[in-house]
Amino acid sequence: MAILETTNLTKKFGKFTALNGVNIEVNKGEVYGFIGPNGAGKSTTIRVLLGMLKATEGEATIFGKDVWADAVAIHKRIAYVPGDVNLWPNLTGGEVIDLFMKMNGNVNEQRRDELIEKFNFDPTKKCRTYSKGNRQKVALIAAFASESDLYILDEPTSGLDPLMESVFQECVMDAKREGKSVLLSSHILSEVEKLCDKVAIIRQGEIIETGTLSELRHLTRTNLTVKTKEPMPDLNEIKGIHNVEENDGELKFQVDTEELDEVIRYISQFGILKLESAPPTLEDLFMRHYQGAGHADSGGAL
Amino acid sequence: MYERYFKGTGTLIKLLLRQQRFKIFAWLGGLVIVTLAVASAYPSIYKDEQSKQAFALTMDNPAMVAMLGPLHEIENYIHSIGAVFAHEMLLFTAVAVGIMSILLAGRSTRADEEEGLTEMIHALSVGRLSYLSAAMIVLFLTNVLLAVLTGFGLAVLGIEEMGLEGSLLYGVILGSTGFVFSSFTVLFAQVAETSRGATMLSFAVLILAYLVRAIGDVSNETLSLISPLGWTVRTEVFVENDWWPILLKIAAAIIITILAFYLNTIRDLGSGFIASKGGKKHASAFLKTPFGLSWRLGGTNIIAWAIGVFALGASFGAILGDLETYYAEMDVMQAFIAEDAGSSMTEQFIGLLMAIMALISVIPAVMTVLKLKGEENRNRTENLYSRAVSRGKVLGSYYILAVIVTIVMQALVAIGLWSAGLAVMDEALEFGTIFTSALVYLPAMWVVVGIAVLLVGTLPKATGFVWFYVVYLFIVLYLNGILEFPQWMVSLSVFEHVPTIPTEEMDWATMIILTVIAMIIAVIGFIGYNKRDLEG
Ligand SMILES: Nc1ncnc2c1ncn2[C@@H]1O[C@H](COP(=O)(O)OP(=O)(O)O)[C@@H](O)[C@H]1O
Ligand SMILES: [Mg+2]
Repeated sequence: MAILETTNLTKKFGKFTALNGVNIEVNKGEVYGFIGPNGAGKSTTIRVLLGMLKATEGEATIFGKDVWADAVAIHKRIAYVPGDVNLWPNLTGGEVIDLFMKMNGNVNEQRRDELIEKFNFDPTKKCRTYSKGNRQKVALIAAFASESDLYILDEPTSGLDPLMESVFQECVMDAKREGKSVLLSSHILSEVEKLCDKVAIIRQGEIIETGTLSELRHLTRTNLTVKTKEPMPDLNEIKGIHNVEENDGELKFQVDTEELDEVIRYISQFGILKLESAPPTLEDLFMRHYQGAGHADSGGAL
Repeated sequence: MYERYFKGTGTLIKLLLRQQRFKIFAWLGGLVIVTLAVASAYPSIYKDEQSKQAFALTMDNPAMVAMLGPLHEIENYIHSIGAVFAHEMLLFTAVAVGIMSILLAGRSTRADEEEGLTEMIHALSVGRLSYLSAAMIVLFLTNVLLAVLTGFGLAVLGIEEMGLEGSLLYGVILGSTGFVFSSFTVLFAQVAETSRGATMLSFAVLILAYLVRAIGDVSNETLSLISPLGWTVRTEVFVENDWWPILLKIAAAIIITILAFYLNTIRDLGSGFIASKGGKKHASAFLKTPFGLSWRLGGTNIIAWAIGVFALGASFGAILGDLETYYAEMDVMQAFIAEDAGSSMTEQFIGLLMAIMALISVIPAVMTVLKLKGEENRNRTENLYSRAVSRGKVLGSYYILAVIVTIVMQALVAIGLWSAGLAVMDEALEFGTIFTSALVYLPAMWVVVGIAVLLVGTLPKATGFVWFYVVYLFIVLYLNGILEFPQWMVSLSVFEHVPTIPTEEMDWATMIILTVIAMIIAVIGFIGYNKRDLEG
């Protein structure tokens, strides 16, 4: 059974449709990447899931319970980290961590102290003095110190340095190993590629792609760099080849993954001297979607 | 030099004006309209010399002097309706102008800084002092506009005994008072650690200025001269039209402003002069409850207010002794007031005082409820609601805290008044009576608290409107006698339904009805809060 499931989730703010028929499904033990540019609707989806916003249409359940009606019961078993952590300026980081853990209902002090150590965090300072990254650590420590079954993380690393980012990634891996589920919203693609089993791409309130990473790679193009004995004529005419560039007698182009077989057959006729292929990255996938839609406005967010 | 410190000030003035224009407009509109409406009603209220003389006699006692300021020669009142008007209106209007200036100044200095706006702007090509200069200029312009509108407005009314010079002076007194309190706030914005701290310190100075003036006016004139509000009531406006207190105020404001500018150049953005020290590593058991958290966030404010309210109660209690002696000596006066049979002047005074104190006490309670909306605006309620905490529990803890605040504040008023009265009066006040006269306002105060809950629950964008209602209560209380509002307008004020103890009988039915109304309003607010979207 799905841990988290939304069906046709729609949210309108007045006339503006922020979410339009969003379907996502996170299963047990799964790390689910939720990616999209700024303003795509990631945080709105998450706020609906947290019972802070009421869906205009559609259904959303966590642990099989309705996210709006059973919010308090659900929240006992989930941990949430926002991208922009806002804390009370006159409380210390340590006080806030304790407060958060108490509100979640389960307290694991040993785990908390380990994480404080791991994240190299000073809990005795007033929150007013913390940088964005340090405020994020407060939320991350409280989240990973709790015994939750589902972690909802909304761009949780936007303020962390690379070292802390890898500590964060370890925490996610640990959670996954313990059979917990994670919904990770992000626009840092390398992070998603490293951690996630499944990915959903959201854009202007609509999910435009979902699937495992390998499934999605089907939809992308492989980058090839080729040098042949004889020149290859009319490369542009061949089905599945795009963006041909010539450089020092080398040709660079992209190939639709499903046409790869045909293309290799074709070029091997000309005597291959050099062949390099680069796997498609999520970045390519992303860019292709934005170019496809032809809107520079939303692509600019990345 | 100019580049380094003041570049971009002009642009920032426009920015601040755009941000604050609605508030400025509402404040100026309200102040000018009330002033002009009251002034135009005066000639018909005080038609003849006798009524003016009666007014002067009613005012001529220590309690009223403490409340409204020192009295001129009785002669002056008989010959100038302007003097009557100024005596009744000037001080309270000046206090309102002070409040306006403190709120506006607190907003565009420290609060903007706290929200990171100032930092963003400092990163652009603007001078070190540009933001502060722009804020100060906007405040100055606002107060100049107030002075001009009020001054010429009064002159245009063409009331015979209110000449052009007096009218202009009246406007300038208000404006310069605003200027002084703006400068205090800007100064505290440099010193305090938070924007709340800056605003609270400024309000403390305002209250202190009022108290020092009250005590000084009753017992020692020199004492009054150290209070800016003491200067406010010393121009003999519409009689002698002395301008020296104005010069004093402007000079003081300029000196304080310069000091603020100096401090601003030597402090770090985002911090005050009191460096924050290391704190606790773990949360106490009390803090871990939602109630503990709401106390931790608003407690200092409440304690400060409690001290202020107690001090006000005690100050008026201290005057009761003088009042008693005064009436004992003035048989004539006794006869004069005897038309209101059965109640002494002291009792009437207590009744009026309690109504005003109840209004002051309801302010921290309303602030407590609105604090929750403030938390939401700062995206801090998501810290609670993303965890296993229900909305009802959170709003409930703010609501209960607000109700406790009303009870504690009114109790402190009663204790302050009674204990100070005990020390100075021959015939001490009965504690029970004083206590009842304070607590009798509780159900009405709960209605106001309920309205705040209702707005937070159902109209979160309009929570500020509860302040309009508080101001409305004050206007009806203070001006009904003068302007004679239609009955429905008076009835809209919950405070008008409360029996004034000790001059009136206790009315349990009204108490119960008000309590029930308060609860119904609050319940609707709770239902709305459970149903609506939370912004953050
Ligand atoms: N309370 C709100 N009222 C109106 N519009 C909103 C509100 N919250 C979010 N939006 C809009 O919904 C869209 C999605 O926002 P969000 O979910 O925050 O995007 P993301 O988290 O993917 O960057 C944005 O265009 C944003 O402006
Ligand atoms: Mg977001």
